[in-house]
Amino acid sequence: MNLDFSPEDAAFREEVRAFIAENYPKDLRAKQDSGEPLAKDDYLAWHKVLAKKGWVAPSWPKEFGGTDWTPTQKYIWSEEQARADTIAVLPFGVSMLAPVIYTFGTEEQKKQFLPGIYNGEVWWCQGYSEPGAGSDLASLKTRAERVKGDDGKEYSIVNGQKTWTTLGQFADWGFFLVKTDPDVKPQAGISFLLIDMKSPGIEVRPIITLEGGHEVNDVFLDNVKVPVENRIFHENQGWTCAKALLAHERSGIAGVARSKRGLERLREMAGTEQSDLGGPLLSDTFFKRKLAELEIDLTALEFTELRTLAGESSGKGPGPESSILKIKGTEIQQRLQELALEAAGHYGAPFLRDLGHNANIGPDYAQGVAGEYFNGRKTSIYGGSNEIQRNIIAKMVLGL
Amino acid sequence: MDFSFTDEQSMLRDTVASYLADHYAFDARRAAIKSEAGWRPEVWKAFAEELGILGAPFSEELGGLGGGPVDNMVVMEEFGKALVVEPYMGTVVIGGGFLKHSGHGAAPDLIEKIIAGDAIFAFAYAEPQARYTWQDLKTTATKDGTGYVINGQKAVVIGAPWATHLIVTARTGGGQRDAQGVSVFLVDKNAKGVTTRDYPTVDGQRASEVTFENVSVGVDALIGAEGNGLPLVEKVMDEAIAATCAEACGVLRRLQEGTVEYTRTRKQFGVPISSFQVLQHRMVEMFIQLEQSISMTYMATIRLSEEAQARAQAVSAAKVQIGKACRFVGQNAVQLHGGMAITDEMAIGHYFKRATMIEGVFGSTDHHLARYEALSFGKAA
Repeated sequence: MNLDFSPEDAAFREEVRAFIAENYPKDLRAKQDSGEPLAKDDYLAWHKVLAKKGWVAPSWPKEFGGTDWTPTQKYIWSEEQARADTIAVLPFGVSMLAPVIYTFGTEEQKKQFLPGIYNGEVWWCQGYSEPGAGSDLASLKTRAERVKGDDGKEYSIVNGQKTWTTLGQFADWGFFLVKTDPDVKPQAGISFLLIDMKSPGIEVRPIITLEGGHEVNDVFLDNVKVPVENRIFHENQGWTCAKALLAHERSGIAGVARSKRGLERLREMAGTEQSDLGGPLLSDTFFKRKLAELEIDLTALEFTELRTLAGESSGKGPGPESSILKIKGTEIQQRLQELALEAAGHYGAPFLRDLGHNANIGPDYAQGVAGEYFNGRKTSIYGGSNEIQRNIIAKMVLGL
Repeated sequence: MDFSFTDEQSMLRDTVASYLADHYAFDARRAAIKSEAGWRPEVWKAFAEELGILGAPFSEELGGLGGGPVDNMVVMEEFGKALVVEPYMGTVVIGGGFLKHSGHGAAPDLIEKIIAGDAIFAFAYAEPQARYTWQDLKTTATKDGTGYVINGQKAVVIGAPWATHLIVTARTGGGQRDAQGVSVFLVDKNAKGVTTRDYPTVDGQRASEVTFENVSVGVDALIGAEGNGLPLVEKVMDEAIAATCAEACGVLRRLQEGTVEYTRTRKQFGVPISSFQVLQHRMVEMFIQLEQSISMTYMATIRLSEEAQARAQAVSAAKVQIGKACRFVGQNAVQLHGGMAITDEMAIGHYFKRATMIEGVFGSTDHHLARYEALSFGKAA
């Protein structure tokens, strides 16, 4: 037992750290620092740099563009990105769809779709949740029916509504779960379709969230015509694809490196803000205690993640401890946001976005905290709510 | 980065586990802790001779197995699972720790006796007024010719009724709570002027109130430097805390697994109570607390070799996690077992008692949070 990184791993860390420092887009950094909302091209700027370098999709198999890094190297990579406060590569194409395509897709589908995902040329969005299908995803109602077109080819005609489609306003294509057989048990009648978002009959409507942001959308599908070759895997077996996707990309789900950065920022804030008891908030008996407990909790999560990683490195696959990562990771992120809002005091309140103001009121560090707090409530809800995660642990790990 | 155990460590675990399975069943333990002696010297003898585990963390030159803190962790975790009361902590972890880190002249000889099962140590550090402040000492050691004369009273000295040797903290200078002026002494328990009042503890151990009245010791009784013993005390205590965390992991595992098992067999409303979601989620939280405790125990044990501040910060962080987990998992194990858990017949209650006492062993959760804060945020904060 030891915590030492091998000389090779230490050299790797130096290499990626230097690469980020030299190649992270300067315009993007400036926008992040000023808190300006990101445009479509901004989201893709870092992605494109990484695609050129060959580092956009470390987890993919080598033949499709993966890096063949060890779990430890992937961990270092995510740590260094967090340390440098880079934006994350959007997960929809790279982390969510691509594994489904290279696992279940045909050769033609792999050739058609993987390069566009890799290079950031095609923006993907996810069409899973529906107004009536959240945690109970399999109860989705969006229907797809097979018809023969005038051209003699087979099509699916899709009707229904999807919701919570993140950044769907920018999407070129979407991957959708649709019901293709309503007469069998829910999981058995679902198919996985790729749909061109420019197809006639698709409408994307913004959902404005509490902090005033436009991140998620409703997607309406009205007689949308989808060529049958855009279905991944067999008809009525889309649930298999969706489940595989849920199991993918466990590493990084805990967000330890990002939370460590968040904790550093919180400590800086608390070093400046004044306590009612006099002196910095960081010396306030009560606030300090909350910070210490959070820091300790994050250390425990970090080592639980490292144990998972060590298990993967030795080829054992993720053990029971890995199922904890989403629950504890999101609890810690939300606690950080909570304490940042507390620390900001009065200046957590000003909210200028509605009036279109750019001027800042109060200290810089207080600008984003309320927005992050309100927006951050999503993390324990999405990706399988934390209650669903507990059901999974109860069933799969404790055998209940 | 590596969290795996060596073949030797895995063998050590198997050896201990299989011995305890055969000789440390719940009823056997219950009879032993209610006996006059309160422990089983023959078990200790077996640890020394049959299993050879009392040398686990000592170097081969000293006659040990060449292990270290990870080996203590392995042994203590298995001991936690069986609620072992025999004094491995006081003797091997703490007594052995003081001897090997101080380079005391008698260390090779005494360690040989520890490994053979012939020397048993208890650590007399706590005082009635001091709570968990290790340097808060009214016990004094006054220079007298070439030696010292010790006077004072020590509180709840775990394992003292069985001990052949006491390790005693005493003040050779400075004020009652000063960091400077702390010295550590090795005292024969039969020395003239040492009196003990022995009693059982609520979790099945034995302890003593120990009084030192003009106890004369030679200069060779001093362990480490005179007046500058606190860093050594902190180092050995941190090792003892990490080992306690490991014991707690064993106790917590039994509480968590025992609760899952019980709820699957206990039926109410015509179904096993494990089918109720509210209980399932509670058990998931217990499981998360256990896994986080294991993670922190590994972290602290590995970091014992780091410099004093990093070591202490890691150990206190781990003890905070363990303290919280012991309370949450212990209380909920009882709640989910229902009334049966508060009867003396069921093992679960005995694990609960030990878990609860571990919360306070070598410093409460609040104590270690405060220690962590001071180290992480600096004295000014």
